Amino acid sequence: MGGEFFYRLVFTGLSAVTLASALVVVSSRNLVRSAFALLFTLGGIAGIYVYLAADFLAATQLLVYVGGILVLILFGVMLTNKIVSVELYQGSARVGRSILLFAGLLYVLFSVFFNTEWRLRGRPEMESTVESIGTLFMTDFLLPFEVVSILLLAALIGAVLIARHEVRGK
Amino acid sequence: MSILDPTNLNAYLFVSTVLFALGSYAIVSRRNAVSVLMGIELVLNSANVNFVAFSRFTATDLRGQLFAIFVIILAAAEAAVALAIILAIYHNFNTIDVNEIDSLRD
Amino acid sequence: MLQALLVILLLPLAAFVILTAVGRRLPRQGDVVAVGANLAAFAVAALVFVQVIFGIHDPGFHRTWQMDYLRLGSFHLEMGIWLDNLTACMLVVVTLVSSMVNLFSVGYMAGDPRYSRYFAHLSLFTFSMLGLVLAHNLIGLYVFWELVGLTSYLLIGFWFEKHSASNAAKKAFLTTRIGDVGMFIGILIVAWKIGDFTYEGVFAGIARGDLAGSLLTLAGVGLFLGAVGKSAQVPLHVWLPDAMEGPTPVSALIHAATMVAAGVYLVGRLYPVFNLEAFWIIALVGSITAFLAATIAITATDIKKVLAYSTISQLGYMIAGLGAGAFTAGLFHLWTHAYFKALLFLGAGSVIHAVHTQEMFDMGGLRRKMPITFATMLVATLAISGVPGLSGFFSKDAILAGTLAFGMAYGGVRYLPFVLLLVAAGITAFYMFRLFFVTFTGQPRDHHKFDHAHESPRVMTIPLIVLAVMSVVSVGIPFVTDHWFAEVVKAPVLGAHAEAGHSPAAEASPAAEPSAAAEHSPAAGHGAFAVTHEHEHAAHLPALAGSILMSGLGILMAYLTYGRGVVSAAAWSRYLRPLYLLLKNKYFFDEVYQVLVVRTVLLLAGLARLFDIYVVDAMVNGAGKLSARLAWFVGGVDLFGVDGLVNGLAQTVIGFGRAARKVQTGRLQNYVYGFMGILLLIVFVKMFR
Repeated sequence: MGGEFFYRLVFTGLSAVTLASALVVVSSRNLVRSAFALLFTLGGIAGIYVYLAADFLAATQLLVYVGGILVLILFGVMLTNKIVSVELYQGSARVGRSILLFAGLLYVLFSVFFNTEWRLRGRPEMESTVESIGTLFMTDFLLPFEVVSILLLAALIGAVLIARHEVRGK
Repeated sequence: MSILDPTNLNAYLFVSTVLFALGSYAIVSRRNAVSVLMGIELVLNSANVNFVAFSRFTATDLRGQLFAIFVIILAAAEAAVALAIILAIYHNFNTIDVNEIDSLRD
Repeated sequence: MLQALLVILLLPLAAFVILTAVGRRLPRQGDVVAVGANLAAFAVAALVFVQVIFGIHDPGFHRTWQMDYLRLGSFHLEMGIWLDNLTACMLVVVTLVSSMVNLFSVGYMAGDPRYSRYFAHLSLFTFSMLGLVLAHNLIGLYVFWELVGLTSYLLIGFWFEKHSASNAAKKAFLTTRIGDVGMFIGILIVAWKIGDFTYEGVFAGIARGDLAGSLLTLAGVGLFLGAVGKSAQVPLHVWLPDAMEGPTPVSALIHAATMVAAGVYLVGRLYPVFNLEAFWIIALVGSITAFLAATIAITATDIKKVLAYSTISQLGYMIAGLGAGAFTAGLFHLWTHAYFKALLFLGAGSVIHAVHTQEMFDMGGLRRKMPITFATMLVATLAISGVPGLSGFFSKDAILAGTLAFGMAYGGVRYLPFVLLLVAAGITAFYMFRLFFVTFTGQPRDHHKFDHAHESPRVMTIPLIVLAVMSVVSVGIPFVTDHWFAEVVKAPVLGAHAEAGHSPAAEASPAAEPSAAAEHSPAAGHGAFAVTHEHEHAAHLPALAGSILMSGLGILMAYLTYGRGVVSAAAWSRYLRPLYLLLKNKYFFDEVYQVLVVRTVLLLAGLARLFDIYVVDAMVNGAGKLSARLAWFVGGVDLFGVDGLVNGLAQTVIGFGRAARKVQTGRLQNYVYGFMGILLLIVFVKMFR
């Protein structure tokens, strides 16, 4: 079926975009470029969520991660632009061992993931998860839900405090 | 490319693993503090992908996704605080080069 | 009896102890103690003498007392006392002369800074001499023998500030030491073969034949060597003239009457130990000494030296007599000689005290100034010259008869002792009257000295008189009771017991008939001599004639030369210059000894010293240096090795620390990398197990 093929093609494209952007994120010398690449990475991940039948999550990802966190990072980048306009040069020794770490991690994780026999459930239906998630939040996961909201509040206040303190301190 | 089969768990695991490795690389090697933050985000996201993938392929309920939501929320909080710290560091040390911030050195 | 003997022995010892301890603090520094003790000892000795000689009157008498002294396993030693006729006589000799000398010394040594010590030494000597004659075994004898030598050393060197005196004392001690070594060897041979030290035991052993042949001769000669040393026989006579450095009363006591007589006593006491070979050696040594010393005395000018050589000569007489079998005669001469020789010395002391010189040729004409001394000296000189009527005549004549009989019995070369002694008799008379005439008659040669001369005080003249009397009556009453000595002092015989009866010969009568005893014990004692009564009878008259003749000749020559000045001594000394020089230099004995003996010993000493310095010291120092170097090395090891180790350890730890520090970079990324890396590593390891 053509649909099958298309299905797979898009997925491949999404993955490629995600991974390529991630690569740019980690290796670009230009911080802004790096931040924008992160945008694409996060977007790609949202698409992958869709393929995993996590529609609500995908939306949340786009809204919060891309729309919030990324924006925040971009602000941060822009604000500290004058400091980092000079491209920072990485120490080559550091790169070396970091690549070593990278390779090692890949190897280990790959060998774990692809050699383990996961107990698969078979291919379930693709259905909307919004209702389910909402129900779960209000029932089984109510407490974490509330705690998280307080935590957000605390983080907010804390962040403001930290940043503002400095301005005051000057 | 045969690994990238959306009907197979392995595809998603592949993606998350690579993202994780890349993120770790960024954490360990980047000199700019913001770059390090970005690496952290990559790692979190790779974990999320893992959660959701397993939730879809091996779990009977949506706990994985729920957990991923929580992760996103916490990532947001953490990003805010991290950036605030970075600003504070900049004000104190006049640099955000992580190499320079070594007051904890012996 | 024992108590009496102990009293005699211990009184002088007590005097010594008292004088040494508190002498200085006593009134008159204790001279009364000395004189008193010795006189008291004499009194007791006289009593013992009378009791033994006239009371018991047995030639074979002897008694011993003994007590255990030492027990070491199977070896045990007794100490004891031996009393016989000979001992009784010796006791009187020693105590009488000692008392007289002590008394004389009160005057002679007056004013000496070490007055009380002098008397202490004198009493110690007397004690030693008494111990010697009372000893009942060879060990006791040897002990007191050495003591006598020691006290002699102390007394000769009494004025030790004078180098000549201390040297003389050393010479005396060393020379007699040589003799003592021989004596000790003799004692050891006896002890080894016989195993008993007591006289009784030794005599019994020899009678059994435990010790015989050449070994017996050796033992005899060894023991005789002790006598040679102590009694100043040739060749060990060289110390006696030098010993005149001591105070004159000392010379009188020790070197005239008693100590030098100890050798003669030894020969007499140990008579049974000597065999014929040993006796012949004894006789030769004695007669040669008598002759040689007499010849030297002719040329001596120091009054004491003349008397010293005279003593040597007279001792030779005694020794020769004993060697020729004339036991009684030899010892009789010891008895008489003691008194007149002591008198001669004390008289000389009196003279020296008066004129402050010892050179006869600075004297002269002292007859007028010192009448008592003159008279007593005349008596003594007559006695020693063998003038009939005085004691010396009887004893000397007896010896001459004995030696002549010996020569007759054996013939040939065995006449030599008699010949030598006969000639010596003439020479003796000559040099003694030479001394007498030069000192007392004629014109004074040094007027300064002469003017100062005066007779000595009574403390000094009384002893002279006493001794002069003894010089006459020590024989008993001359021509009347002059046999008493011969009746009681007879040669000991081995095996057979001595017979009381004897032929009425005037002099020496050996007891048992040796010809009758079929077994001649090859060992000795008198029983070995082949001299018979017939020999003695035959010898009697010729000896008498010869004796009187020689005395007369000697006196005549002396009178002509020194009395009248008719014969010129100076002229004779020129004619016979080589002979004169030989005699004047005492036959060069001292010089020869100096080269042969003294230099050799000093050379050895020098070698030993070099050995000590270069070998022993080198080893000791080397050991010291080695230790030092070792210590330095160990120190180095400690410093570099041990400390190095310790420090190195510390340095290593520090190094590790420095290296480990580098982990603390303070950079977050390093830390992250660190733990991630290690985590990965752990997983890897787990994977590949």
